[in-house]
Amino acid sequence: MIKKITTPISLDTVKGLKAGDRVLLTGRIVTARDAAHKLMIEKKPDFVREYLKESVIYHCGPVVSKDSAGKWHFVSAGPTTSSREEPYEADVIQEYTVRGVIGKGGMGAKTSAGLQKTGAVYLHAVGGAGALIAECVKNVETVLMYEELGSPEAFWVIDVVDFPLVVTMDAHGASLHAEVLKNSEAKAKKLLESIR
Amino acid sequence: MSVDLKSAVLELIRRSSTSLHPSWERAIADAAGKEDKDSSAGTVFSTILENIKLARDKSAPICQDTGSLTFYVDYPAGGRESNYTNAIIDAVIDATGKQYLRPNAVDSITGKNTEDNTGVNAPVFYYHQWDKNEVRIRFMQKGGGSENCGAQYRIPDSRIGAGRDLKGVRKVVIDAAQQAQGQGCAPGIFGVAIGGDRASCAKFAKEQLFRKYGERSSDPELAKLEKQLLDDINSLGIGPMGFGGKTSALEVFIASQHRHPATYYVSIAYLCWANRNGTLTINGDKVTYD
Repeated sequence: MIKKITTPISLDTVKGLKAGDRVLLTGRIVTARDAAHKLMIEKKPDFVREYLKESVIYHCGPVVSKDSAGKWHFVSAGPTTSSREEPYEADVIQEYTVRGVIGKGGMGAKTSAGLQKTGAVYLHAVGGAGALIAECVKNVETVLMYEELGSPEAFWVIDVVDFPLVVTMDAHGASLHAEVLKNSEAKAKKLLESIR
Repeated sequence: MSVDLKSAVLELIRRSSTSLHPSWERAIADAAGKEDKDSSAGTVFSTILENIKLARDKSAPICQDTGSLTFYVDYPAGGRESNYTNAIIDAVIDATGKQYLRPNAVDSITGKNTEDNTGVNAPVFYYHQWDKNEVRIRFMQKGGGSENCGAQYRIPDSRIGAGRDLKGVRKVVIDAAQQAQGQGCAPGIFGVAIGGDRASCAKFAKEQLFRKYGERSSDPELAKLEKQLLDDINSLGIGPMGFGGKTSALEVFIASQHRHPATYYVSIAYLCWANRNGTLTINGDKVTYD
């Protein structure tokens, strides 16, 4: 079954999501990646607060275009690798009451603990599916810190409709990534021992 | 030469960034065929195939990370390198303006993005003069997430129990695949080089990524190891995006070069499923793309 969820997301909705669930996300979300996460931890800026509250952070550095009227559009916008934000994410989730983090590759134990503490989920998008995901971005509301951080690293505030995602880390401590890692580790160990 | 080099390179970039080579589309379709359509892995493959088609139809980048850019230029002996460099840089700047490329050149000291994909060693150029009359420009876009999954081993490696032979090579490649998990947008393509010094080994591994789906090494020992490693990596169950599944690697390409008696390096260049590279050949007035 595919669950439809809309931002702002309530704590109840988040708690009802389980690792493995497929989700279609609609509503306003915000892109943030390496420089943005560093900034959110070091400076705790207030200008992103209203956009992030009970909303979703998207690990993405999009390809964008600007039309003749000066309006921005997303051309290609798949997820970037989330593990780089592992040192920051749990604190960002708590500081800004974020309910979801979209990215790829999953995150570690610190983020998992943060998801449980604040009540949030990690949502996996299909890496490399940039053109397809850009189709779900119906409107670019604004861009923050564009000059300072550059296009891929800026905070893009966007409206998405039916963004296809899979919950791979839930608010109850389950992680599909930890499970796959554990299973593949055991297989790799056995395989390496068999090569003589 | 009457061909406009800049326009030809711009078209090479557009094709590479927006249209996956049929060989790799087939590789993904083959992998999709092995999964249950309704499983997480099956869904990922359907999304990938749909995305490939959409990107081609819309002439939009397959992936927003249009990568770091490398040009391998072979040109007739006696020609001028700067002619190629200037035309390629102009094409890169144009391609960035046309959104075929995302600005990906960041000053490592100031953190400032140049916004046009040019800078110190950006793009990277490798030049080679040859005795043919034709010009061949091979272009590779490699995403940062996949680049981060690359590795270089110095064997013997006691942690993995890898000795200085092809069995040791097999072990370190399995280890690299296990470390990578789904992080570099699995299923990946593994370019592996054995021998040489550290720099030549890493470069040689990356160059293997120009090979096409199913293209085995001409060395029978290496061809055997390629097939073995493909089975090994796929037995780990990492699957597309690391969701679990039957295909974790689309290909393993291995090459070997001579080494110093005291050194034994194995480099692994990990490439995401979105294998964006292309070749432009110019022979007289004739321009071909592959």
